[in-house]
Amino acid sequence: MAEDNHTVIMLRARFADSIISAKKFRGEVTVTVRKEDIVAICGFLKDNLRYNLLTDVTAVDYPGNSSRFMMVYHLYSIAEKARLRLKAPIAETDSAIDSLVPLWKGADWLEREVFDLFGIGFNNHPDLRRILMPDDWPGHPLRKDYPLQGPDREPYKGRLS
Amino acid sequence: MANKETMTLNMGPQHPSTHGVLRLIVELDGEVIQKITPDIGYLHRGVEKLAEHRTYHQIIPLTDRLDYLAPMHNNLGYVLAVEKLLGIEAPERARTIRVIMAELTRLMSHLLWLACHALDIGAMTVFIYCFREREDIMSVYEKISGARMTTNFFRVGGLSQDVYDGFETDVRRIVAEFPGHFETYEGLLTRNTIWLQRTVGNGVISAQEAIDFGMTGPVLRGSGVDLDLRRDDPYSGYENYSFKVPVGTECDTFDRYKVRLVEMRESLNIIAQALDSLRPGPVLADAPQVCYPPKEAVYNTIEGLIHHFKIASEGFPVPAGEVYQGVENPKGELGYYIVSDGTAKPYRLRIRPPSFINLQAIEKMCKGAMIADLIAVIGSLDIVLGEIDR
Repeated sequence: MAEDNHTVIMLRARFADSIISAKKFRGEVTVTVRKEDIVAICGFLKDNLRYNLLTDVTAVDYPGNSSRFMMVYHLYSIAEKARLRLKAPIAETDSAIDSLVPLWKGADWLEREVFDLFGIGFNNHPDLRRILMPDDWPGHPLRKDYPLQGPDREPYKGRLS
Repeated sequence: MANKETMTLNMGPQHPSTHGVLRLIVELDGEVIQKITPDIGYLHRGVEKLAEHRTYHQIIPLTDRLDYLAPMHNNLGYVLAVEKLLGIEAPERARTIRVIMAELTRLMSHLLWLACHALDIGAMTVFIYCFREREDIMSVYEKISGARMTTNFFRVGGLSQDVYDGFETDVRRIVAEFPGHFETYEGLLTRNTIWLQRTVGNGVISAQEAIDFGMTGPVLRGSGVDLDLRRDDPYSGYENYSFKVPVGTECDTFDRYKVRLVEMRESLNIIAQALDSLRPGPVLADAPQVCYPPKEAVYNTIEGLIHHFKIASEGFPVPAGEVYQGVENPKGELGYYIVSDGTAKPYRLRIRPPSFINLQAIEKMCKGAMIADLIAVIGSLDIVLGEIDR
């Protein structure tokens, strides 16, 4: 159970209304939070619980869900040698979340990549441009409704599994 | 009367010292760097998208091509992530061989780094020597997997096959001979005036800034942060080996050079310990729903053939859930985040590329320096564009 984890207890005590769920799977703790509080929670984790390294920022697309996108953050504490996964659901109609660049400079390119490949916006990001795809590219390749072959090509008819 | 006009210099994407197709738009005041805007994506192949359309075994060759200078490490991180999701573990012998190959890979990657870094700064002899030694490791690669770079050697649950006869002799020879080679490199570089002038005090990034940028690997350790996942979050049996984790103090290019040279010696140390603990045994886990049957069974029995055919054509289902597995790649923390929906293909595969994240700090490290210093900094960051662009 994730409830006996120190970080989860501290987060529940401080942000009781923001925590949607806390899970433990294969020894990894995942906390799902409301997207409005992501910066406050990450700031608390960084300053008070010593999660000082932002390892990764990414997203997952779940078309058909009430909140289509799930932002996924991986944090690491160099002092405690502990990992934490934070997730925040985002609706398709308002697909933007506050940027973590004020907390970690390293979030800059990671968030640009999510913007590029998923089309999720980041409020207060200093330089939100595409990073891997060309600037004039139509669509966002990692969305599930984006075809594997690209937007303007016939689907591959051969064996692909 | 100062002229405030700056010059914009376009470096790359085809430039010998950018180590691939990296384009840097550099704004210069005379020779002093004012601003760097990296432009990446020239090698983008959509590996994460492709992975969503392939079975778990079919993704292993894709991972070879990320950091193509350290293919075994990429395989290792991926198979460990899938094994974690499945809840299986490779047998003892497979874990030990994985460690030996991973450390040989680190040597190979660091040798190429030293070769190119030295060549960029003008030390051509070191370049030739490092490539000569790299060839010894390449030949082990070739014998063990049939390929020199895209090895595709590890499997979910173990290895594709056991090692060849004479593997231990070959690796022991490397362990015995390489310390002498390292002394040669150090003799050529460590007290070389030109080398020191180009690297000491160059590309400084403090520990706090390096953490802020999310940097990992030798670049972070060169800045004095003691973080090595092999020791701090051990995988594949690294907890059984004792080794030193070198850290720098001056946070500059010279310290990153020293850290990597110590790391190469420590790799040999780990390989020697792993060889001593290598015992005969199976190299694939006893998990028939996941692992291919032995070739004799495929060729001689109908059950074996059907078994092989089913895994090759349909793959194997993986329990729904999500895992993250980070490994200490020669460049930094390489992470795989897999989301499974219970089918034979991942719902989402995210690769956390160490070079991509380390490269972000280049402007911070070079602002106010000369254009020639930029070349030394790119070399000491040790980036691979195959992984940055994915």
